[in-house]
Amino acid sequence: MEKKATRNGFGEEMVVLGKENKNIFIVDADIGKSCKTDGFAHAYPEQHINVGIAEQNAAGVAAGMATVGKIPFVVTYAVFGSLRMCEMIRQEIAYPRLNVKIACSHGGLTPANDGASHQAIEDMGVMRTIPNMTVIMPADYWAARKLTRAIAEYDGPAFIRFTRDAIPIIYDENTEFTIGKAHIAREGKDIAIIANGDMVCYGLDAAAKLAEEGIDAKVVDMHTIKPLDVDAVKDCINNIGKIITVEDHNIINGLGSAVCEVVAEAGKGRVIRFGIQDQFGESAPYHRLLEKNGITVDAIVAAAKNF
Amino acid sequence: MKKRTVEELKEIAKDLRKKVVTMVYEAQSGHPGGSLSAADFVTACYFREMNVDPKNPKWEDRDRFVLSKGHVCPIQYAALGTLGFFPEEVLHTLRQEGSPLQGHPNMHCPGIDIPTGSLGQGFACAVGMAIGLKIDNKPSRVFAVLGDGECQEGEIWEAAATANKYQLDNLIVFVDVNNLQIDGTTDEVMPNLDLGEKFKAFGFEIYNIDGNDMAQIVRTLDTIRMHSHDHKPKCIIGQTTKGKGVSYMENVASWHGVAPNKEQYEQAMKDLEEGF
Repeated sequence: MEKKATRNGFGEEMVVLGKENKNIFIVDADIGKSCKTDGFAHAYPEQHINVGIAEQNAAGVAAGMATVGKIPFVVTYAVFGSLRMCEMIRQEIAYPRLNVKIACSHGGLTPANDGASHQAIEDMGVMRTIPNMTVIMPADYWAARKLTRAIAEYDGPAFIRFTRDAIPIIYDENTEFTIGKAHIAREGKDIAIIANGDMVCYGLDAAAKLAEEGIDAKVVDMHTIKPLDVDAVKDCINNIGKIITVEDHNIINGLGSAVCEVVAEAGKGRVIRFGIQDQFGESAPYHRLLEKNGITVDAIVAAAKNF
Repeated sequence: MKKRTVEELKEIAKDLRKKVVTMVYEAQSGHPGGSLSAADFVTACYFREMNVDPKNPKWEDRDRFVLSKGHVCPIQYAALGTLGFFPEEVLHTLRQEGSPLQGHPNMHCPGIDIPTGSLGQGFACAVGMAIGLKIDNKPSRVFAVLGDGECQEGEIWEAAATANKYQLDNLIVFVDVNNLQIDGTTDEVMPNLDLGEKFKAFGFEIYNIDGNDMAQIVRTLDTIRMHSHDHKPKCIIGQTTKGKGVSYMENVASWHGVAPNKEQYEQAMKDLEEGF
């Protein structure tokens, strides 16, 4: 299966968007090359701001630009784009509901060799608790392109997170994505696997193995964890009842938590969550870090069989 | 904007100061000290220097005003209310439920260009505004008011560096140097050293003035206007007195965020009207 990092999908779509809409800007904080904004910066230098290693300022500058009609994308790593900039996002972007996008590479454990300092395991949860925020993680290259376009067209603040590493391409350029609307990656009736980001591919792999054993798994790509597609979760509760969530994020306050909130209020259904076990990462290969947190295709298969 | 004389501006500043004290007294909450120290510069901006339209607060070509030391919003509200951005009686609703005059400014209030209140952040937004306006070749300028205590925030200097890089000659910063912050003098809490030299090192054109002297403020703004295309951001270091105009508040740190009682209120209004 062909692989590509979702950060590349973002960078390539931004080059298209920058030509279409001259109000779209990128506000970089020195790591543009790594975040794949170099194509945009080269093509449209007049739409490119680089504030240097100053993420807090990047968020404020972007907010100010949005008040005069620009559509700035602040681009950095997810750990800085959520935590270093957190209060600036809250006060100057989310509170006034300004049209600023926070687009982050290196989401989750994907900056694996860099170690815990660069691994963003809390980012989506932190962003999810801020009013007015939209929080997204696309599952592959095409989803990254489509959802980058979707947030550019959406009038309001949004946080979108990409992977550093190449991940399998599971969609094609005709697959459509809508903010806040789950994409059903595979239909099934026996168990529902709700995942986002590269974990959707884990879900699909698990579903394929389960099919060999006669278990028909549904795989839901919940690319937007806020606003959550509550109806899609309720469908899983009402029609299946057994839900497994999979995410490259801390087990607290990410996708699994969001799904559990719906299940708890529904008063029926059961959930098993796969995610980072509330512990920091370390320098190691990405798949090893996932394994250390119990996130493997085999573990998902076993959980589904024993549900 | 109408070119008022220094004497007319002094009268307006006196009126705005009375409104500040009244608002904080009525709300029994708010920040009088810094509102009074910044009052003269705010008056000069709104009543002489800036192009704004009270009937069209979102006019695209307006000048922008960013109160980065957002807690002193009573002085900005007083200016906006007096100019007619909203009915003047709204000034009596400061900090009340449902009022557009929140404890710290937000964009529900006509005339507020960005929410502030978390120190250090407004200035970065002002820089972003100035960048955007410059890209669009707008004649609009951005006026930002910073506290001297606020300059302890690191984000101020990140934003200052950005203002230099993008040659923001449409950005005018006023640092309200009243030398007081909540825990004491800035020298005690965290010495700022020479703020003018600091901003100069960040590429700003510096103007050291008495920030409570209307004639000096007007003269400085006139000079700055003549240098609107020199590719340099401007910084006015205004030495001010916290609580300016109210005898018992002047230079007293504890009047940072406290409301006067009835007796104190009456004394304040008398001080402001008659001098002391």
